[in-house]
Amino acid sequence: MLVHQVPMLSRVADSIYWMSRYIERAENIARFIDVNLRLMLDIPIEVQQQWQPLVIVTGDQDLFTQHYGEATSDTVIQFLTFDSNYPNSIVSCLRSARENARSIREVISSEMWQSVNELYLLVASREAKRRAFDEPHSFFTEVKLNSQRFIGITEGTMSHGEGWQFLRLAVMIERAEKTSRILDMKYFLLLPRVDHVGTTHDNIQLSAVLKSASALEMYRKRFHRILRKQVADFLIFDHHFPRSIHHCLVQAEEALHQITGSPLGTFSNEAERRLGRLRAELDYADISEVYEQGLHKYLDSLQLKLNAVGDAIYSTFFALWPPSAGTKV
Amino acid sequence: MDFDDYATDLHYDELFESDGQPRKSAVPIINRINSLPAGELQRRQREAEAALLHMGITFTVYGPGEEMDRIFPFDIIPRIVEASDWNYIERGLKQRIYAINLFLEDIYNEQRILKDKVISTELIHSGMSFRPECMGLHPPKGIWCHITGTDIVRHNDGQLYVLEDNLRCPSGVSYVLENREVLKRTFPRLFEVLNVQPVDDYPNRLLETLEYLAPDTLESPSVAVLTPGVYNSAYFEHSFLAQQMGVPLVEGRDLVVSDGFVYMRTTRGFERLDIIYRRIDDDFIDPEVFRPDSLLGIPGITGVYRAGKIALANALGTGIADDKAVYACVPKVIKYYLGEDIILPNVTTYLCWDDKERQYVLQNLDKLVVKAVNESGGYGMLVGPHASEAEREAFREKIQANPRNYIAQPTLDLSIVPAIIENHFEGRHVDLRPYILFGEEIYVLPGGLTRVALRKGSLVVNSSQGGGSKDTWVLQEDMDRMPSVTVQPRRHK
Repeated sequence: MLVHQVPMLSRVADSIYWMSRYIERAENIARFIDVNLRLMLDIPIEVQQQWQPLVIVTGDQDLFTQHYGEATSDTVIQFLTFDSNYPNSIVSCLRSARENARSIREVISSEMWQSVNELYLLVASREAKRRAFDEPHSFFTEVKLNSQRFIGITEGTMSHGEGWQFLRLAVMIERAEKTSRILDMKYFLLLPRVDHVGTTHDNIQLSAVLKSASALEMYRKRFHRILRKQVADFLIFDHHFPRSIHHCLVQAEEALHQITGSPLGTFSNEAERRLGRLRAELDYADISEVYEQGLHKYLDSLQLKLNAVGDAIYSTFFALWPPSAGTKV
Repeated sequence: MDFDDYATDLHYDELFESDGQPRKSAVPIINRINSLPAGELQRRQREAEAALLHMGITFTVYGPGEEMDRIFPFDIIPRIVEASDWNYIERGLKQRIYAINLFLEDIYNEQRILKDKVISTELIHSGMSFRPECMGLHPPKGIWCHITGTDIVRHNDGQLYVLEDNLRCPSGVSYVLENREVLKRTFPRLFEVLNVQPVDDYPNRLLETLEYLAPDTLESPSVAVLTPGVYNSAYFEHSFLAQQMGVPLVEGRDLVVSDGFVYMRTTRGFERLDIIYRRIDDDFIDPEVFRPDSLLGIPGITGVYRAGKIALANALGTGIADDKAVYACVPKVIKYYLGEDIILPNVTTYLCWDDKERQYVLQNLDKLVVKAVNESGGYGMLVGPHASEAEREAFREKIQANPRNYIAQPTLDLSIVPAIIENHFEGRHVDLRPYILFGEEIYVLPGGLTRVALRKGSLVVNSSQGGGSKDTWVLQEDMDRMPSVTVQPRRHK
């Protein structure tokens, strides 16, 4: 009997997409917190109020202030890691990832499912709270490594077909978005005094930003010395670094065109058009243009464009059509 | 931990003779367990539970402010079914399912068995799960009950009985497969010694059963499993079976009826679907025909089904055959259609619908088990000897108010299997649910779900009532037969 190849159900593609974004997001938050914890060890006591920026860059500062008040290591870790009422906390992301994975268990490999499940149990267990405060470094590293393990398992156990392309698309979009937020964090980090720009403190902060994107070593290979502009250049435009925004967009675009089959450089739907245009903007821009506009402003508008790409992906592939449209296409 | 102090307490024990000696088939596992160092068995039990948790074979408990994932209780001491018993069970089930299928075809078409007054027309037509909408229906290849789970128990006389049939959406087969996976890790060496029949073939057989329903002209039929969604308690099983068969798992909202066919909504538009293994009850499958408030179903699918453009497994309307009042008639059904005596007997059943039998039931409530005819999962049930006077009174009133809705059976002393209770073994009552597939031929999966009542003395094995499960080892006929294969030695540099 011939094997019937059915294209992916819209609902399933949607779940793969969100499962992947949530896992990538959880990993980014874990890395973010871990780096900040270490940053605190290296800076003078008087400027230790550096937890606020972590909250600011999430874009959810009002929610935080409303429930927690002051940003301290305890309140921020609680908010970003364990607050189950906050949809972007690690535990909420992993719960959503797992709920999405649960609804597509027949599509992903059992190793992938088990890995998502274990990742969730790692953070949702009673033990997790104690560890996050008592031995944060080992805890957040474990979260990070387990997310990376998921990506590795996926690479090696899931067919590189349509589902996998949706997964890759999701991871790349999420990563581009998170790198832009990490870079933006530097804008909010406080320096003791204005004349500290270009000093050790500045350097420590910049290398924390690079570490938050797992980029320190790769950055050094290219630019050697840590300088503000070059850090931004690297994280936005580098062609080879897997978390640079440009690189993520190129990868995302490739995945998108693998899904639709339309050639790169053309578009057959709104998602391709918006993503292609954004990628092309980055192809031909450079860091001095970014600084003319202002880094924060530039990143803000980039995030809006990324959101628009996400909306277009939704309406192109996932939106369920009303039954009245129920004619064979 | 060993079996030195284990007592069968006059119950029939599946692993031990009445004199306390292990049955021949159970010797290897009893010896193995007795030889384990102290604490090792408990460690393996915990390991098995951790494996089930990590595999995500869980259900979610919602408590105040938090949610917890729990596994269904699983006891690592297996239940063993000897080859001769299995042979008997298999023959009995094949006969039973074959006859029930003829019965379904008959009552939704000619109704010969009713016209011949073998079964009362009123009994059938008053059944809540009888579907007048299915009159005149001819499902593909004449098969109605493609997938059945039949509950079998053993009484202390050693006889096996059929306790009930599950012909709608029987669940539990995923646990049979996953329990086996876990137990292979728990007792790897025993599987080498004992000739335990494998169960892994089930998903393949299920897919064959489903594909058999496609019209012969269709070269590559498309199959899907239909689930009510992630919040259904059997969701794990739905996705597991879809995954194992490599077919899509769909929800009602993924499907749409259009120009006489059923289509799936995909990233590339609408795709035709030919065969559905549905895990949604008749009531919810089509709001245009059955319950109009159902949000889980596919409006219009019944019409497509009647026209033969989509196959459903199980067929619509099969529920009437597992109405417990109809169950009582199965011996007559077998005699009527096959001219044979029933091989695997029913438990004596009193229909409260019948005046004389109802009088007997009402006078003997303290000795009988009373069940509502359409309930399952251990709900709507009275275990007379274990119930309080008030509970019996409540059932007396219910029976009198709606006699058609109740049957009663003598309280059986279900057989027991040792279970790990803290740091020792205690016997716990079990049943057995084998799974039967009806496709080109009738196939009985060699194994089944052994459900165990983990509460001391309890006879209710349902998971909703404190029940757990065990792996079921069906032994091969010839225990000495070892496969002989030659393996090329590995090459080394």
